[in-house]
Amino acid sequence: MDRLGRTVLWISTFVLLVAFAVPWFLWGTDTVVAGLPIWLWWHIGWLGLCSVLFHRFTRGSWDRIMGLDPGDGVRTTTDRSGLSTDRGGTAADRRNGGDR
Amino acid sequence: MSATLELGIVVGYLLVAFAIGLVAYRAAGSGAEDYYLAGRSIGTLVLLFTTFATLLSAFTFFGGPNLAYAAGPEWILVMGVMDGVIFAILWYVIGYKQWLIGRRRGYVTLGEMFGDRFGSPGLRALVAGVSLLWLFPYVMLQQMGAGEAIVGLTGGTVPYWGGAALITAFMIGYVVIAGMRGVAWTDTVQGLFMLSITWIAVGWVLSAVGGLPAATTAMVEANPDFAALGGGVYTPQFIISSAVTIAFGVTMFPQINQRFFVAESDRVLKRSFALWPVLVLLLFVPAFLLGSWAAGLPIDVPQGANVLPVLLTEYTPVWFAALVVAGAMAAMMSSSDSMLLSGSSYFTRDLYRPFIRPDATDRREAWVARLGVAAFATLAFLASLTRPGTLIEVGDTAFSGFALLTPVVLVALYWDGATRTGMITSIAIPQVIYLAHVLVESVPIPFTTVRIDLPLTYAGWDVALGLMVLAGVLAVGVSAVTDHVPGEDASRFAVAAD
Repeated sequence: MDRLGRTVLWISTFVLLVAFAVPWFLWGTDTVVAGLPIWLWWHIGWLGLCSVLFHRFTRGSWDRIMGLDPGDGVRTTTDRSGLSTDRGGTAADRRNGGDR
Repeated sequence: MSATLELGIVVGYLLVAFAIGLVAYRAAGSGAEDYYLAGRSIGTLVLLFTTFATLLSAFTFFGGPNLAYAAGPEWILVMGVMDGVIFAILWYVIGYKQWLIGRRRGYVTLGEMFGDRFGSPGLRALVAGVSLLWLFPYVMLQQMGAGEAIVGLTGGTVPYWGGAALITAFMIGYVVIAGMRGVAWTDTVQGLFMLSITWIAVGWVLSAVGGLPAATTAMVEANPDFAALGGGVYTPQFIISSAVTIAFGVTMFPQINQRFFVAESDRVLKRSFALWPVLVLLLFVPAFLLGSWAAGLPIDVPQGANVLPVLLTEYTPVWFAALVVAGAMAAMMSSSDSMLLSGSSYFTRDLYRPFIRPDATDRREAWVARLGVAAFATLAFLASLTRPGTLIEVGDTAFSGFALLTPVVLVALYWDGATRTGMITSIAIPQVIYLAHVLVESVPIPFTTVRIDLPLTYAGWDVALGLMVLAGVLAVGVSAVTDHVPGEDASRFAVAAD
């Protein structure tokens, strides 16, 4: 996909993610499921989805949309597949992980 | 007796946090000269948690539960969409772009970046001045929160001003004695501590009241409209206005914006981006649910107290309630410190050095910064004694003031056509209009007897939201009709290899 197409795709995705983080279609609904209002469950699930999609975004589109080549030397390219960005740290990462 | 114990725990905890800060400072090595440069190598964990620490404020621990207690749990949605989604996206759109630019050009403050791009020390000073202006109510917010927390914890034995004074003293002490080094890693410890202790508090309260369904049922019985989405203060206008102004405002907080420049690698920016929504949920859901559940429980919240300490005092052991309040105050203190430290770098780099003493020594500059912080915190303390609004209102004002800068920054970052005049106009005019709305209720029209009202909302929409649009329109419009002047250099913001 070219840069423009990619950008349009992700902008649309982000707009949707923002728009439905509040479940407007449940406005006024007071159903309680498993001890919490149903709209709160939606919100919790939706933010989980955001996390997953944000992670996908960081793998590839993050740099291309800024007009950079992924892996142009300054960045580390060790992102491996898997949903959590928090795992799979490399030796370089551990070096960088200090507090200063 | 009990008040003494509670206060003892709070002061004791603050002293321990203070000692940790001192040790960290010693371990990190002093030497004021490389304060800013040391920051440039900031690592993964610290960036994530320094940013996270801005969430650990009076706004989250006290203001949020108070609002949820009074109006229902929808505040979770407002803060979730604002911080978990909108802020995360801005984190990429503004944060990553600034990081790329800063990496090439070596900028340390937002004002410096603007001043260099548009060849204007005046613009640099304007950006720094506006930022410092809105830092004031945010620091005030922490002092108000601390004052109210101590009232709630001790049942009013210790007055409001006592709590506010306590945190002010610690804030100043931290900055002046622990020095000009970032205290970011104490933020990390505090952040993890507060995150765990909030969940422990939820467990404790729920087991005392008979479980999650029981707590929610009691809440709904006391306030039938709490379970329904919307209602009361929660209008769509309020939800959208609050979420947008706060999210855009947070990106311009001095210590957040400054961190955009100083991350060691972009890996940390990526990771934080993806983790952010989950981290936000983990903090906000329990904190605000506690406030909402309190509405269905037989507790008595004194006038001017925060609901969270009152709730915990009732349902958890005294030492635990005191520990939560102490932890919250310490977290507020350390995030205020990060903020005051970054604010002082705005002051010294963008105002003091360029305009007052270009030849100041590093040592002198460090002392000016310390004195500035002490004066700033003291003035904010005095202002906090007037209790100008609820925590949410004061916080919102600060966020909105910062938020007016964001559209201008976006235009400057992404459009080569931006001009110096466009930037100055689009920063100054919305700020002046917003300040007028915050400070006065109406203004006279010259030569007539008519006065124009200046309400903070129009048809339910926050005036700041409209002014953000105005700022964006002015930034583009004025730039389009004015010419570039010598000294402007759009290539300064180029990020791709040419």
